[in-house]
Amino acid sequence: MSDALAPIVQIRGLSKAYQRGGQVVPVLTDINLDVDRGEFLALMGPSGSGKSTLLNLIAGIDKPDGGSLRVNGLDISALSEVQLADWRAENVGFIFQFYNLLPVLTAFENVELPLLLTALSRRERREHAAAALGMVGLADRSSHYPSELSGGQQQRVAIARAIITDPMVLVADEPTGDLDRVSAAEILKLMGRLNTELDKTIVMVTHDQRAAEAAKRIVHLDKGVLMDGSGAHLQAGEKGKEAVEE
Amino acid sequence: MYVLKLIIRNAFRHRLRTLLTMLGIVIAVLAFGLLQTVVDAWYAGAEAASSTRLVTRNAISLVFPLPITYEEKIRQVAGVKTISRANWFGGVYIDKRNFFPQFAVDGRPYLDLYPEYRMPPDQVKAFLVDRKGCVVGRKLAQTYGWRLGDTVPLRGTIYPGSWEFVVRAIYQGADAGTDESQLFFHWDYLNESLKLTTPRRANQVGIFLVGIRDADAAAQISRAIDAMFKNSLAETLTETEKAFQLGFISMTEAIVVAIRIVSFVIIVIIMAVMANTMAMAARERLSEYATLKALGFRPRFLSGLIFGESMFIALAAGALGILASFPLVATFGNVMAKLFPVFQISVETLAMQVAAVAVVGVVAAAVPSWRAARVGITEGLRAIG
Repeated sequence: MSDALAPIVQIRGLSKAYQRGGQVVPVLTDINLDVDRGEFLALMGPSGSGKSTLLNLIAGIDKPDGGSLRVNGLDISALSEVQLADWRAENVGFIFQFYNLLPVLTAFENVELPLLLTALSRRERREHAAAALGMVGLADRSSHYPSELSGGQQQRVAIARAIITDPMVLVADEPTGDLDRVSAAEILKLMGRLNTELDKTIVMVTHDQRAAEAAKRIVHLDKGVLMDGSGAHLQAGEKGKEAVEE
Repeated sequence: MYVLKLIIRNAFRHRLRTLLTMLGIVIAVLAFGLLQTVVDAWYAGAEAASSTRLVTRNAISLVFPLPITYEEKIRQVAGVKTISRANWFGGVYIDKRNFFPQFAVDGRPYLDLYPEYRMPPDQVKAFLVDRKGCVVGRKLAQTYGWRLGDTVPLRGTIYPGSWEFVVRAIYQGADAGTDESQLFFHWDYLNESLKLTTPRRANQVGIFLVGIRDADAAAQISRAIDAMFKNSLAETLTETEKAFQLGFISMTEAIVVAIRIVSFVIIVIIMAVMANTMAMAARERLSEYATLKALGFRPRFLSGLIFGESMFIALAAGALGILASFPLVATFGNVMAKLFPVFQISVETLAMQVAAVAVVGVVAAAVPSWRAARVGITEGLRAIG
């Protein structure tokens, strides 16, 4: 079903609209985009441009109204809620702006959490969690609760949680939006390492030009439409990719 | 183990709120248990009744006696094994507040008919040979500090005059349901005294207690006894001992029904309190539920977390409430010993307490769990901050 050379994310003619106060408000219109394996893509755009909505669609936490959305060859828009949940558990790692750690669990337990959905034994889960925390440089903070960690440390725990199941795609929604400059730089460096050393495909939404520059490619959204560098509407993913690269 | 840890930590995330809710449940379980025990105590006499004992009384009213001559006639009825008699004495011990049941009974037949009143043979013998002797229950003796050989003075109300009885035996109930707060003395002593003071009241019996061979024949024997005295000056009404006791309870049934309703209302109130606690908790954690869903956890996992937390709080508090019920009921029973001679938590009450907290736990979690399961991920994630 999947082709190693084919883009990991293939979006064609994607559209999404919301109902607000009885009116249909289009959020995304005719989106065409490809994301290659091992790519680090930044989605930029002003507030309300639809970038978070696009990220949610790629992550399988929302469903498009039209068009097709294939991830690793699978049309995820055709999956049921339960199938999507299983698919997300296996294929997507989430990095949120506000970390979204469970406050009653320690850093170690937060990282271990997604592994409850796997068939791993308790010992294996603990080994994996320890390795993931070590990878983000927080092995010595494993017994700390989120409230005992700085914002940057919490985001690193969240990244460890995101990668622990070895997902196909990492989605990050404003991962540095709640951090100071130093912490933000650390997080971006860590994400860069994940991309280059572990070959993780990352799709990141950001407002911050500096954060976007950490990505290999930047695409812009405006009023629900993908733009090329000149602000023109992009018709195809490849074209968009080339435009950004040029 | 991981999930259990998560449930318990979630339960105590807002310690004060959880502890206050648990306190409410403890008090509700205590109150429920106490009120149910009061209802049980009301029915204790009927529950302790034997199916092989009938009570024959005046058909018009209990206050009208029956002639002693009926005794031999009843004894002749087929199926009757033994017969005894009792008169309600209604005396006052020092003060009217010191109420306890007193009966004039015919010694040996009565004690044979009530084997649940247990006492040493030498005490039985001492009672039977002493015309002024009496038998008292263990609790009654404890209450007033009576010992064997002590004299109990009673001021008669139904049978005027000063009466004195000597404690010759102290009985112990065969089980916890046996009333140990009664006093029995010789019917002959009462009757002989009446012959001297008010002869027209002599040779009259309050109730006949009829021992039958086969409990299944109770209705038939009752009809036979009553038929025998049909159209006589004192027609009889014969019924099982249980029916006789329930007849007393029916006079106060409205109170019993009110107590039962109040006990269930308490559970409904605490259910609302608990539901509010769970609803608040679930609302505060909307973003966490959305995060869990995003990570791939299914709605039923979230429902499990909420139900687990609700059940943990309800059952933990319920267990404390049930444990606390025992000393409370014991204390209440001692204080109210005169009104409720048999006052103890029944297995049924314990089961109802457990069932009540389980229902509270389930009902309180139902709506928050349904909402958490249905919340959209993007909508839930927006609930942050």
